Amino acid sequence: MTAASTLAVPGRTQPGAATRRTGPGLAGGRGGIWFVLPFMVVYAAFVLWPLLYGLGLSFFDTSLVRAESRFVGLANYALLFSDPEVWRTLGVTVLFTIGSTIPLVVIALAMALLVQTGVRGQWFWRFVYFAPFLLPVATVVLIWQWLFSGDFGLFNGILTGIGLPAVGWLTEPEIGLWSVVILTVWWTVGFNFLLYLAALQAIPAQLYEAAELDGAGGWRRLLSITLPLLNRTTGLVIVLQVLASLKLFDQAYILFKANGGPGGSATPILQYVYDTGFTDYRLGYASAISYVFFVLIVLIALVQARLTRRSEP
Amino acid sequence: MTTAPDTANPATTAVVPRARRPRADDGPSDVRRYTPLARAGLVTALAVLAVLWLAPLVWALLTSLKHEADTTTVPLEVVPDRGFTLQAYASVLANGNLVTWFVNSTVVTVVITVLTVALSAAAAYGFSRTRFRGRNALFALTIAGIMVPPQILIVPLYRQVLAMGLADTYAGIILPQLVLPAMVFILKKFFDAIPHELEEAARVDGAGSLRIFLQIVLPLSRSILAAVAIFVFIHAWNNFLWPFIITSDPALMTLPVGLVQVQSSFGVRYAQVMASAILAGLPLIVVFMLFQRQIIRGVATTGLGGT
Repeated sequence: MTAASTLAVPGRTQPGAATRRTGPGLAGGRGGIWFVLPFMVVYAAFVLWPLLYGLGLSFFDTSLVRAESRFVGLANYALLFSDPEVWRTLGVTVLFTIGSTIPLVVIALAMALLVQTGVRGQWFWRFVYFAPFLLPVATVVLIWQWLFSGDFGLFNGILTGIGLPAVGWLTEPEIGLWSVVILTVWWTVGFNFLLYLAALQAIPAQLYEAAELDGAGGWRRLLSITLPLLNRTTGLVIVLQVLASLKLFDQAYILFKANGGPGGSATPILQYVYDTGFTDYRLGYASAISYVFFVLIVLIALVQARLTRRSEP
Repeated sequence: MTTAPDTANPATTAVVPRARRPRADDGPSDVRRYTPLARAGLVTALAVLAVLWLAPLVWALLTSLKHEADTTTVPLEVVPDRGFTLQAYASVLANGNLVTWFVNSTVVTVVITVLTVALSAAAAYGFSRTRFRGRNALFALTIAGIMVPPQILIVPLYRQVLAMGLADTYAGIILPQLVLPAMVFILKKFFDAIPHELEEAARVDGAGSLRIFLQIVLPLSRSILAAVAIFVFIHAWNNFLWPFIITSDPALMTLPVGLVQVQSSFGVRYAQVMASAILAGLPLIVVFMLFQRQIIRGVATTGLGGT
């Protein structure tokens, strides 16, 4: 094999690179740059350039309604840290993230464990729990707006039907954000459910068979085999979910018809960025808020990268 | 203390009297291990969750099948006296732009899926099986992109696409959605694991990198390519924010964006709003019914790397 790969290395490759073992790339062919280039061009044009451009914008007082813009240095960032709306919407985002991540992990795990027991109707359970994830956000929101509706909604219909007072799901400041949480859990739990299901299927059946022959019951097998082996998956699912929840925008924006919820109680930080940029036309300031948010996301993504690396064989 | 499961004892693992079921997606557990009481509990828990998860969809469906006047009765009626009608669907299909938006969504999503898979697979092959100056640096740059949330790019991207004259065009909707660095990462990992012997034999026969990519690597990677394509498709079909920002012409809107207009245009005609919502959600649900196993495998494969 060594002989074959030496043969295969084209003479054109630099000698320095040839001595560096990169495992799979050892037998590398020529012309590789042409495979990578198309992707890199699109990547540079629509991710890297806007990323730099946005960073640049954040140092200007650029506005959509004025032709020229002035360099303002760190003024946007200084303003941001003293802007109560930034902190308030960040608080809303963090509250949503905590409030949604816990049920999205716990319910997903419960669903996966229940389905994995092998109860009949596997196709049906998987379909029901995962299908909402495939619905476009607008479909989800239109359905839930109807369910949450004050006078004719299903929820209030049931509540008043059993003699309880109606709830202002979309109108009370203390409840609006939790309505978004409920909607989001229903919509996206299926994704985490699938990740857990895949992890459960990767557990060797022999472990359970051995435990069973040793007399371990269902709970014992769950506590001693299944849950410990799922630790790593749970770590990954939590980080992915936190990253996803922090990016809350679509469902909150549509559910409350862009008004941020009762008393602004359901305005996530990305909606503040959107409003600042596209409603107030303050692009420079919106970019600055984006960047502070980005730093937060990167910190959490780095945690994820560490977890992913550890989970590799 | 009860004894911990003894997995090391070969005598216990050797005897497995029960035949394992052949279907891969049935999973390793076996329901026959449970007592009838435990089994009843499991089924009850599954059923309660299923009812909770189905109820919103069933209620939306029922509403969409009612006469408008029957949607707002107090107390609620599950089955109205007048019975059901397809009137709302007929009105929505006749008056709205749903068909246009469906066509737009299909075109945009198919183009995004094909181009993203092609770009990502080629790049992953370049990173995995070829060598060139700067390869590792470019790969590191690609991986770093996984951390960039597309939402933070909307302001600069909007100005850029506007300056390019691509607002309210298919190109303007599609181009910024073609880059998913996580997919390059997933594909590269898969390509890395393909044995080199095949490729080397072809190289000795004089095959170039392009032929090896097209005739050896791609055919061996069908499963992962399908997984990536499924992930990209779902992602693009349901993407809301970018198409929402860049389109103002209803003739160019995708389904998720157009549907938001329905909110205001149909107002209090709840049967029609629900009919629109259901029609917009239906295509992917039908596809899921037909290809459940493939989609579940695809999402599970790409899920951890693909967010």
